[in-house]
Amino acid sequence: MLSIQNLRAEIEGKKILKGINLDIKPGEVHAIMGPNGSGKSTLASVLAGREDYDVTGGTVSFLGKNLLELSPEDRAKEGLFLAFQYPVEIPGLTTTNFIKTAVNEKRKYHGQEPLDAVAFLKLMKEKMALVNIDQSLLSRSLNEGFSGGEKKRNEIFQMAMLEPKLAILDETDSGLDIDAIRIVANGVNKLRNKENAVLVVTHYQRLLDYIVPDFVHVLYNGRIVKSGPKELALELEERGYDFIKNEFPVSEEV
Amino acid sequence: MSTIDYIKEHFDRLQSAEHSSSLQAIRQQAFQAFSKWGIPTVKHEEWKYTRISSLFNKAYQLPPLQEAVTVSPADIASAFLPGHEQANALVFVNGLYMPSLSVIRSAGLRVIPLEDAASGEFKEVVAKNLGHSRHYLKDGINALSTAFLQGAVFMHVPKGCTLEHPVYIYNITDARSASILAQPRSLVFVQERANVEIVETFATLGMTDSFTNQVMEMVVEQDAVVEYYKIQNDVSHATLVSTTHIRQTGKSEVHTVTISLGEGIVRNNLNMVMDAERCESHLYGLYLQQGNGHIDNHTIVDNVSPNCYSNELYKGVMDGHATGVFNGKIFVRQDAQKTNAYQSNKNILLSDNASVNTKPQLEIFADDVKCSHGCTVGRLDDEGLFYLRSRGIREKIARSLLLHAFAVDVLEQIKNGALRQYIDKLIEERLEIDQL
Repeated sequence: MLSIQNLRAEIEGKKILKGINLDIKPGEVHAIMGPNGSGKSTLASVLAGREDYDVTGGTVSFLGKNLLELSPEDRAKEGLFLAFQYPVEIPGLTTTNFIKTAVNEKRKYHGQEPLDAVAFLKLMKEKMALVNIDQSLLSRSLNEGFSGGEKKRNEIFQMAMLEPKLAILDETDSGLDIDAIRIVANGVNKLRNKENAVLVVTHYQRLLDYIVPDFVHVLYNGRIVKSGPKELALELEERGYDFIKNEFPVSEEV
Repeated sequence: MSTIDYIKEHFDRLQSAEHSSSLQAIRQQAFQAFSKWGIPTVKHEEWKYTRISSLFNKAYQLPPLQEAVTVSPADIASAFLPGHEQANALVFVNGLYMPSLSVIRSAGLRVIPLEDAASGEFKEVVAKNLGHSRHYLKDGINALSTAFLQGAVFMHVPKGCTLEHPVYIYNITDARSASILAQPRSLVFVQERANVEIVETFATLGMTDSFTNQVMEMVVEQDAVVEYYKIQNDVSHATLVSTTHIRQTGKSEVHTVTISLGEGIVRNNLNMVMDAERCESHLYGLYLQQGNGHIDNHTIVDNVSPNCYSNELYKGVMDGHATGVFNGKIFVRQDAQKTNAYQSNKNILLSDNASVNTKPQLEIFADDVKCSHGCTVGRLDDEGLFYLRSRGIREKIARSLLLHAFAVDVLEQIKNGALRQYIDKLIEERLEIDQL
């Protein structure tokens, strides 16, 4: 589904990703862990198409397409979804209006008729129940004045509405208490199936108690330095990131 | 002959033709002020960024002394605002009130020639309030309006009267055969416990340049409630100076929304004189400008008495080579303790060639007050744009949605449903949201 080869990216001349290799197949859950500043969020941003980053090398193929050539909106419409670490507040635009536009943009892209008001409402109700989000929240301005938990739940609701093939969760657990993490993780788990995949980007192991990964990758200094089964996350939790740092000392890029 | 000479000659003709008019003296006084000040140039502090003096090199025609109806109802039908079937309609053509084109539907609403009001039962009200704006607008363009008081109206909403229909005022400038200088003028008297909604709009017919210098003065008495909307969406060859001067003489509530969408030159003066305790006023504005459009909003909130509340929010989106000015004055006089006055002006520039000059100006002479002001000029938020795009929304549509979202808190202040829908539609067309 997603194949990343030797991906390199930088921002304002600073090299962040220094050759990432990663393959994700349908039905899989991958976790990317790593200390702060290792490039985790950069990887998520580059995949979603954030224009602040310059991709300087490598390839990313997503469902047979060259992902790096697509605009952020086309990536989304091809089935990529990024749950933001910091969802943006947009006063004056209701979540309902926003997500309706997004759903119909996607339908249009795939040659489908836009949903009428009734069909949209039906879909929305169904997904609201799935991720346990309240109608009143959705008729308010997008994320404006939402608590941390509400914002993240709104991300998962959008994911439910857009039914992505690959969902990237960027530090979705940050700033959440354990109850909120559980609600968000439950939402994600309900949306999982054999056809789609999830990439969880996280600093801590705790989210992985709820969204159990098939593979864990350790990102350090712009490279994946270690991959393993879910037990690797527990090892990291136990030993901290220092053993990684000692094992893979930072060397100057050639 | 220069326009200024022509104005002088026309003034003499007007004064001798109407030598017995009750407005003779005030016109004379104003003409003297005009002669002294002339047309404001950019050297005038209040006109620094809005250049109208050069426009007076054009040969404008002032309206003839006798009222002559040059337009038919069909000509002005396109200017009608939604809800007009249920509204009172006051039509001015080239600055003169046209009773034959106007419709008064509400019981209680009286609209009479200003000179009749000035000599009849409203003599005192007129004497006190006609020309009151000159205390705040010390320039030749305001004086010019008063010097040519002609075809003006006095509108009266009597005590305790709630008008069930809004009052729509159409300022039509017929520039089909000549360049016109039109000066519609009105004095509105909203008495105790009265309730009125007024919507003012502007339309230029024809292709020649026009200049409209409109002034409305209003007195609002105790416990009255006024909603006032100004809708501007005129052609690019129209220049407009639009003054609304509202004086609250009793505890009352005034709610104003100014929407400016046209591409010509527009200067708005909105003055709120809070001359009694516990007055409340709201000043909202939204301007979307493109091309070579120029929009200048000058507002004054004068807290003369204690315990008044005012809230002001103006928002603008500037594209193309458009230029904008916001100048918001708040005065708090020495006696006006416990004043609450808030002001905010926010702008988004969509083009490198567009600009806005924004200036809050607070002059506070009382010590126990709450005042705040703030202004921003920026670009569309990249982070918001990326967020929308990351959900599959095309960039162009994402921009439109963000701009609409930016405008919403002003649009929400339009309480007249039909009008709100109409403005929403205009804005959606402008932002091309309708093409979704």
